[in-house]
Amino acid sequence: MATKTRRAASANGTGDGTDPITNLPDRRAGDRTYDAIVVGGGHNGLVNGAYLAKAGLRTLILERRHLVGGAAITEELRPGFWFTTFSYALSLLRPDIIHDLELTTHGFLPLLMPSTFAPMENGDYLLLGQDHGENLREIARHSAHDADAYEAFNHDVLRVCRAIKPLLDEVPPDIFSDDPEELVRAAAMGSRLRRLDRKVFHDAVRLLTGSAADFLDDYFESEILKGYLASSSIIGTKVGPYSQGSGLVLLYHIIGEHDGEFGAWAFHKRGNGGFTQVLARAAQAFGAEIALESPVERVITRHGRATGVALSDGTELRAPVVVSALDPRRTFLELVDPLELPTDLVDAIRRFRFQGTSAKVNFALDGAPRYPALGDRTDQYRGFTNIGPSMEYLERAYDDAKYGWYSQRPYIDTAIQSTIDPDMAPPGKHVMSCFIQYAPYHLKGSDWDTEKERFGDTVQATLESFFPGFGDLVLQREIRTPLDIERTVGLSEGNIFAGEFLAPQMWLFRPAPGWSQYRTPIDGYYQCGSGTHPGGCVMGAPGKLAARQILDDRARRGAGPTERRGAVPTGA
Amino acid sequence: MIRTTPFHERTSAANASGLWEHWSGYLVAQKYQLSEKFEYFAIRNSAGLFDSSPLYKYRISGRDAEGFLAGVLARDIRTCLVGHGQYTAWLDDRGFVVEDGVVFRTAADDYLLTSAEPNQAYLDALRGRHQVSIEDVSEASAVLAFQGPTSRDILGSIAPQVCELPYFGLTTVTIAGTDVMVSRTGYTGDLGYELWIPADRALAVWDAVIKASAGRGAIPFGMIALSMARIEAGLLLLDVDFGSSRYAWTDATRSSLVELGLGWMVKGLSGDDGRTFVGRAALERELRERTSRWKLTGLVLDWQDFDRHYDDAGLIPPKDHTPIHDEYYLYDDDARQIGWASSLMYSPILQRHIALARVPLDRATPGSRVKLELPVSHRYEYFDAVVSRLPLYNPDRRTA
Repeated sequence: MATKTRRAASANGTGDGTDPITNLPDRRAGDRTYDAIVVGGGHNGLVNGAYLAKAGLRTLILERRHLVGGAAITEELRPGFWFTTFSYALSLLRPDIIHDLELTTHGFLPLLMPSTFAPMENGDYLLLGQDHGENLREIARHSAHDADAYEAFNHDVLRVCRAIKPLLDEVPPDIFSDDPEELVRAAAMGSRLRRLDRKVFHDAVRLLTGSAADFLDDYFESEILKGYLASSSIIGTKVGPYSQGSGLVLLYHIIGEHDGEFGAWAFHKRGNGGFTQVLARAAQAFGAEIALESPVERVITRHGRATGVALSDGTELRAPVVVSALDPRRTFLELVDPLELPTDLVDAIRRFRFQGTSAKVNFALDGAPRYPALGDRTDQYRGFTNIGPSMEYLERAYDDAKYGWYSQRPYIDTAIQSTIDPDMAPPGKHVMSCFIQYAPYHLKGSDWDTEKERFGDTVQATLESFFPGFGDLVLQREIRTPLDIERTVGLSEGNIFAGEFLAPQMWLFRPAPGWSQYRTPIDGYYQCGSGTHPGGCVMGAPGKLAARQILDDRARRGAGPTERRGAVPTGA
Repeated sequence: MIRTTPFHERTSAANASGLWEHWSGYLVAQKYQLSEKFEYFAIRNSAGLFDSSPLYKYRISGRDAEGFLAGVLARDIRTCLVGHGQYTAWLDDRGFVVEDGVVFRTAADDYLLTSAEPNQAYLDALRGRHQVSIEDVSEASAVLAFQGPTSRDILGSIAPQVCELPYFGLTTVTIAGTDVMVSRTGYTGDLGYELWIPADRALAVWDAVIKASAGRGAIPFGMIALSMARIEAGLLLLDVDFGSSRYAWTDATRSSLVELGLGWMVKGLSGDDGRTFVGRAALERELRERTSRWKLTGLVLDWQDFDRHYDDAGLIPPKDHTPIHDEYYLYDDDARQIGWASSLMYSPILQRHIALARVPLDRATPGSRVKLELPVSHRYEYFDAVVSRLPLYNPDRRTA
């Protein structure tokens, strides 16, 4: 039987990030045995596969679609117009991944976004740029009080980020285990917490468990500033800024860094699809093979351990290590038989909340939109344009979702990436990525196939209200509902983080208590998707930490990290 | 009164930062935008315009022009064909570098030499019996550097001949009805061109390039973005990375060609090639007796060690891309000073702190480790750094 194993003819990019994003060409595989098989070529699957290959494992990454990247892809949906179909910006990518995987030699190029623009419903705006002093004046234009309050807020939050950040780069301790090593790790974690400044600790808890509104109200009085900041507290999650738990989402969107600056975001050259192509080249350079159009039907197990995978076409591929980069529902309930798993784990995964609530509407534009108060200026679009002018605006958008409908005046995070990366649209034209909330996966009394175009119209009407004449610029509109995200990318219920960012689903509990260390109850079967710690946002940390765990487990079992093929000894 | 360049009417309108600096007696923009880093990314991702007019330019022509320059310049000008240029340097009789610059051969007996500092008297003094005219033409032309990955496509749309121009090639094109000399050169280490424009036509050509760039992301960039790019490209800056031997007080601030890592300019220098040039005997002696004192090379800081120093001090590790043109000292593991570094910055494209460094010969091999002294929280700390080959960033498109 023919396999569909494919890989790129060349592992080397030009290093300048301008490679076209194409399929990886054909290559037939003679040998179907690997040291490790990664199921899913999203960013975490690629990171995981690259680390395993770098450690000397013969590694195969299997991707169901015709291109790698998962939800981080860029597609030329109209000639000359490159759309970041789903994921559209970078911030939380772990810096050690950039260096460990030598991404800069494969074209890693995160472009600076020099401004943030927040239009207001009265026609005014908040425009923040690269000059610190000018930003404080701009904030003072809305509230003199908020200018230095903004400084204080940033200082306090950065202290929390500094304290919390190490957690993103560590396998969570297993506090439910009697393993002495785990007890030591848990104790070390406890003593680290004890050393924290009491205000920092308290602020951290307030952010991790409380609402963004409560936290922001302590500092600010200006609605536009609070609206802009609170917008980061709802991304990808079914909460409003007044909901307890929104603080955690806010923290996640500030703790990322770009060139050492916390809270800074960047557009990668050619969008996040450009980034995952860099990852693919890096993985291949380390020797990983990538097979496109190779959907995995199931993980093959024998006597409680994984021995390989079966593809949908019946092809069986063998490996003593199988890693699922899919979300927890697919990892535990679809790729393997739940009967093989402990009941409490299956229950926990069934309770794991996905409830995708975000959508994308992407536009090809004939020119840059016009914001009346800024005349013919367009430099305000060289970053995010945040349509979320107050916390009340965001909360009212959430109200619709609470009762099973999409927002009639949605929150929109727009990014006209062609203003930063001119290669993404023909000269003078633009691509505009719009991230929309709220768009709940389950619609009450209807479905997304029915509502899709009306939803697109609602989004466009909202944009029209801020940018008069916007509709005349639209050359093409691409709507991606949560159902489209699920169908295309495979993320259950279209949840962009492969499971919601809620405290009961994080860290020790992601995706289930006792199973936060990337292992599964099936020996040799691991998980590395965003449904594991520390989560989504194109961090790559799950892929990296899972690889660390896999390699540690191999070393512990006496299989040297460079050992080739052959079964891993089972004796512990 | 500080002078302004022929582009000033346009550069002053474009300079939204209000920040200027003085370069060779001229006013030039430090940065046009509020973010020099944004300008830097134009160089690395689209294209940027830089006003290079303050360079000194000498026209050297006449029957003996080739013979004259073959004796003045270290790099053999006789190998430079008409319609090409060379990055070159001139030495004193002890083999120390006086200056570096680019020389173009515009005709068999006609050259254009650029330099950062005035050199008329220096060149005049070496004229001897050569039938050669040396003319300072600095103010005759405005120089517009157009640099970046899309520079070829944009410039090619108004002057198609530039698409065929090889690295360091030179041609004449017509832009805005003006004959413009275009060279495939620059100071950014990227694909790029320099336009040598009659001064009175500077604005018309600037406008034509801006017009051709419309909607393609090309923007003017200032001195800071230029310096970021040149450090990544390992391009040396006079009075920062080396000093002219002509004005040095001691040999400690003089450098030989080999010490600066520019020995490749005289590669194959052996036997009698019929050329005598200033500094040749000293250079040959240095090569023969291996008397180089140190080598200028790239330095890449270990990012984990960098972060650790700041984390330990309770600080967020700063990743500042703004180049610091200062001296930093290098040490071995026993805290003995073994060299120094200049041009320190955080490179956005390499995602690491980098510098240009002078290291002893036994540490000049790429991969050698040294310690770089930097202040952290008001005291000196010693950071792990790795000696790396220059250029630290060198995309294929630069020469392709």
